[in-house]
Order: sequence, then structure tokens, then C-alpha cells
Amino acid sequence: MTAPAGSNLEVKLRRAQRRRSFTSFLLVAPLLLFILVVFAGPILSLLYFSIDDPKLAEVMPRTAKIVTAWDGAELPGEDAYAAVVEEIRTGYANRTVAAAAMRLNYEISGFRSMVMRTGRKIRRITGPPYRDALIGLDERWGDITYWRAIKASAGPYTTRYLLAAVDLERRWDGSVAKAPPERTIYVEYLQRTFWISFWVLACCILIGYPMAYLIATSGRRTSRILLALVLLPFWTSLLVRTAAWVVLLQNKGIVNDFLLLAGIVDEPLTLIFNRTGVYIAMVHILLPFLVLPLYAVMRNVPPDQLRAAASLGARPVAAFLSVYLPQTLPGLGAGCILVFILSLGFYITPALIGGASDQMLSYLIAEFATRTGNWGMASAIAILLLLSVAALYPVYRGLVRGGTGFRFG
Amino acid sequence: MALPVNATRGQHVWYWCLRVICAFGFLFLVGPIVVIVPISFSSGSFLSYPLPGLSLRWYETVVEPFPWMFALENSLIVAVATTLIATTLGTLAAYGLTRAHFPGKPLIFGLLISPLAVPVVISALGLYFFFARVGLVQTHAGLIIAHVVLAVPFVVITVSATLKGFDWNLVRAAESLGAPPLSAFFQVTLPLIAPGVLAGAVFAFVTSLDEVIVALFVSGPAQITLPRQLFTGLRDQLDPSIVAIATILILFSLALLAVVELLQWRNARHRSRGDT
Repeated sequence: MTAPAGSNLEVKLRRAQRRRSFTSFLLVAPLLLFILVVFAGPILSLLYFSIDDPKLAEVMPRTAKIVTAWDGAELPGEDAYAAVVEEIRTGYANRTVAAAAMRLNYEISGFRSMVMRTGRKIRRITGPPYRDALIGLDERWGDITYWRAIKASAGPYTTRYLLAAVDLERRWDGSVAKAPPERTIYVEYLQRTFWISFWVLACCILIGYPMAYLIATSGRRTSRILLALVLLPFWTSLLVRTAAWVVLLQNKGIVNDFLLLAGIVDEPLTLIFNRTGVYIAMVHILLPFLVLPLYAVMRNVPPDQLRAAASLGARPVAAFLSVYLPQTLPGLGAGCILVFILSLGFYITPALIGGASDQMLSYLIAEFATRTGNWGMASAIAILLLLSVAALYPVYRGLVRGGTGFRFG
Repeated sequence: MALPVNATRGQHVWYWCLRVICAFGFLFLVGPIVVIVPISFSSGSFLSYPLPGLSLRWYETVVEPFPWMFALENSLIVAVATTLIATTLGTLAAYGLTRAHFPGKPLIFGLLISPLAVPVVISALGLYFFFARVGLVQTHAGLIIAHVVLAVPFVVITVSATLKGFDWNLVRAAESLGAPPLSAFFQVTLPLIAPGVLAGAVFAFVTSLDEVIVALFVSGPAQITLPRQLFTGLRDQLDPSIVAIATILILFSLALLAVVELLQWRNARHRSRGDT
């Protein structure tokens, strides 16, 4: 073989391979572009929306500029009052001031109505001195805390939503402190989200481990039937299952009827619109996610090993703990993390079956986004939830890679 | 699993504990779904037993144009469109990803299936903000795009899994016999990976048909889907027509379960035959 011919062939081969790589990438490109634009981009934009704070500076640019330069120690000067009067006047006339007033209300509740009332009466101010005139309309304009609120809202960026999501706030002097009690509700939601997920997981393990064991150790025919019993709810719509629990758990529902009939209780239990109902329905929905990966691993553990351990003198509990359990740990771990991650994001079931004190982080996100239109707060809490999930994800990947992957069915 | 003849007393206790827990578990999983079915045929409006009598009155409510048939129509439009788009895009991408090596492949695969890993409410929030800026809120197109995002990972995963066992020599043979890449794909590859593609399509269809959180965020009154109507009904006014709809959906899931089982069974048989 001569050298030039060989390298020629090599070049051709490499070129063909490169072309093949390129055309393959072209096949992936449409979906990649789609996911980047419609999914990855918008998720990243949540970071931006959690610090974006343009409202006040849009409507009252001069005021924003003046209070940004102001040190916040004492009441601002006449120029700030003049700017406020002028910009509330124009903002009230062309109806843009409401957006800025709404933003100020996040800082001090009641600020919105104060601005709107000032707007209604602004006609009465005809000339300087604006400071006295404005305080004459509403004496709170002489209160420095309101001016500090304006300074905090001046934008264009803010850390208030991210801090508020963990019950903190930034004081006017720049220090970070615990938020006042009426606003410290978010950490409670976070704790509750983890608490509910933890108990749901515990119940799933308690019921799911024996179930997976039974499916894995039963005969071929029985195991297929039992598996179908797990797959049927798995394939049934989440809303249908939630609906079933709403029907079953009512005060005059089937569960209570049964308990009364069997004489277990004397009067109907309250099972719905409280935590009990949320636990029951969430365990029902998430149980297959634990049983299926666990079963996939258990199927490959030879049952003879337990017998071998027993024949060598191990007591059943010891044999289980030292021989069987360790081999099922990858499946158990993967199932646990899957159930935990999924339950952290639950929204529909607690919303329909839980009471006011059983709602989780997702509920807050939906409330802020669709009901109150507070994009900043919605984004900040979404980031909190996303971080909680992301922290668990490497564990899941490690476990799944360590064990056997599971297929449904 | 059976108890050995020489089992100790403790083993007996454990054995029966296990049985009782499992019986409870299976009853717990399937019971609620089975128990609500007969209620949909009740002639009364109480959602409890004993039934006052049998009738189809709640099914008559369900087939009325509003709200259920309207919601069903929306759901079907969105689910069919989602399935077509997600299956096409997902199959192409999975094929491209397994066909050759190029830089960043694991990263791209991770990115394509990442919508599975993010809680749906967060995806919904991102999509809502994005759609609000580009004018896709409260449109069918917006809802379909959103559902494609959530459904496409299932297609990518099932088709990639099927392609793992695929014999690329078959494509090489077709190409060496003069088939252009496109006809090689449609005449050789696609028929062989069809079970995986179909399974992915079923997953995509179910994802769209069952999706409610994104629908709550981005759709308007004109796009009310079945799950959204169920959500509203459960929250505001509970009547047996909801149970009738639920029964229909349960039968539908049973049918789908059968289809997927069949596909996986065929796929497994195919593969084992290919191995030998």
C-alpha cells in the first residue's frame, strides 16, 4: 500500500464521517432549537424576572433617579417632592400610576391606596412648596419609611423577591434582616413542602417495599397480574384518581360509610380538606413510582440467596438485612428520590384535597403568577423549588447509573 | 414466594404481616378506581352507596355539548397535534443522536429530556411568561407548543431505547444497494423501530390528555381541556357527571395499558429473535 493512496482514503473516510456527524446533528437541531427557545430560555428567564424591577422607574423616572441618589437618612429635599407631584399628576391622568402604586404596596401595604388617593386630590396642588402641599394632602408623605419604600422600589433590579422567598428583607441601610412576621410565610411553605414529601415517601416505602417484593418473588402469572394492578393506577389520569379520592373521602363518602358500618368509628371522620386527605391521595398517586423501579431491581436478585443465608444459619431478619436489602438499595434509592422529587412539585392534589394550611410551594407559584400577577415573587419561589429539586438530582443520577435502569412494564 | 414447611413461629408472623400489608397496598391502589365506577350509573345525585337505582342520566349530561364535549374536543385537538409534532421531532432527534458521534451528545440528550426533571409548575411558569411576551397565551397553538415540550422527552427516551438494539448494518446494506438515506429510513429503519415510536406516541398522547397545570396557566376559556374542566368541576361543584367522565377515562387508560403492554411484548420478542 502506497502512502499517498492511504492518506487519500483516510481523508475521504474522515470527510464522510464528518458529513455523517453533521447530517446527524441536523436531525437533532429542530428539537434542540425548540427546547432551547421554548423551555430552557424561559426557565432561565425566571432568574431574570426574580430580580427585574422596572415598574416604578418606568412610571416615575425622575422620582426614581432622585431617591436612588438620596442616602435615606433624613426626609428627601424639595426636588423629590416636586418630582413625585409631577409624576403622580401625569401618571394619574394617563392611568399608568396604578402599576407603580402596586409595586410600592409590596413594600408597605396601604401604599397603593395612598398613591391613588394622592392622585385623586393632586389637582389641589398648584405650585411650590411641594413638600408642604403633599404632606397637606396626606401626612404620610412626611413619614420617612414611605420614602425609603420608594427608594427600595426604584429599580431597575432588586433582591427583594429572592430575599422574601426565604423570609428575609433588605433594610434601607442595606443590611439584610428577618422580614416582619406578617411576611414570614415562605419558609413555612418550604418546610411544609419537605415535611409532606417526607411522610409521603415514608408511607410509600412502608407499603411499596413489601409489594415490590411480593411481585418479584411470585410466580410468573401472579406477578403479571399484580404488576398490572400497579400499572393501572399508574396509567390512570391524575385528575381521575384525585376525583376518586374526593368522592371517597367526603364526610358522607364511601370510606366514612364503611368505617361507620364496621363500627370502627362512631361519627364520620374529617378526611378531606385536611392533611390526612393530602397524604392518602399523594401516596396513592406516587406509590407506583416507588414500586416499579424497586421491582425492576428485585427481579434480578436470586431468591436462592436468602435460602442459602438461612441454611448457613442466618436468622431471617439478619439474612434480609445483610443479603437482600443491600442488593435492592439502588432501586430503593432511585424510587425514593423519584417519589420525593415528584412530591416536592405537587400542586393539583393538595389544591383539591387539602385545606388552606396544606398547600405547598407550587400553590404559591400559581397564586402569584395567575392571581396576583406578581411575576417577581412567582419567579423567586420557583427558583427556590427548582434548587430544592436540583440538589437531589445528582443523587438520583448516581443511583440510577449504579443500579439497573427500569422500564415500565 | 411460599413459606418453608419448617418455618418458625416468627417467620409465620412476618409472612402474614407481609401478606396483610401487600393486600392493603393493592386494595389501596386499585380500590378507589374500581369503587367509583358503579356510582357513575347511579340514578341519584349522591356520590355514595347504596345506589338508589341505575340509570344513564349522568352519561347523558356528559354527551351534552357543554361543558364536557367542548372540553373533550379541545383535549383531542391539542393531544393529536401534540402527538404528531412531538413524535416527529422526537424520533428525528433520537435517530440523529444514535446515528453518529458529534460533540456534546450527552449534554444535548440531557437537555432534550430535561422537561421531565423540572416540576411542571415551574415549566408552566416559564412558558406562561414566554407566551405572555409573544402573544401565545390563551391560544390553541400555545397550549400545543407547551404540551410538546412536556411530551417530547418520552418520545426521545422510548425511541432511543429502541434504537439501542437496532442493527445499523441493515441501513448500510440498504444504502450499499443504492437506497437514498431517506428511503432507507422509511423502508428499513422506521418499520423496525415502529414499536418504540408508537410507544413514544402513546406516552405523548397521554401526557397531553392528562396535563392540567400548564393548561391552568396558559389556556383561556376557549381552550378548556378535559383535565381543566375536571379540575374546575372538582373544585366548584361535585356531581356524578364528573364520575361518569372519570369512568370513561379509566376505561381509556385500561385500553392504553393493553396497547403499551402489547407493544413492549412485541418489541421484546423482536429483540430476542434478533439476538439469536
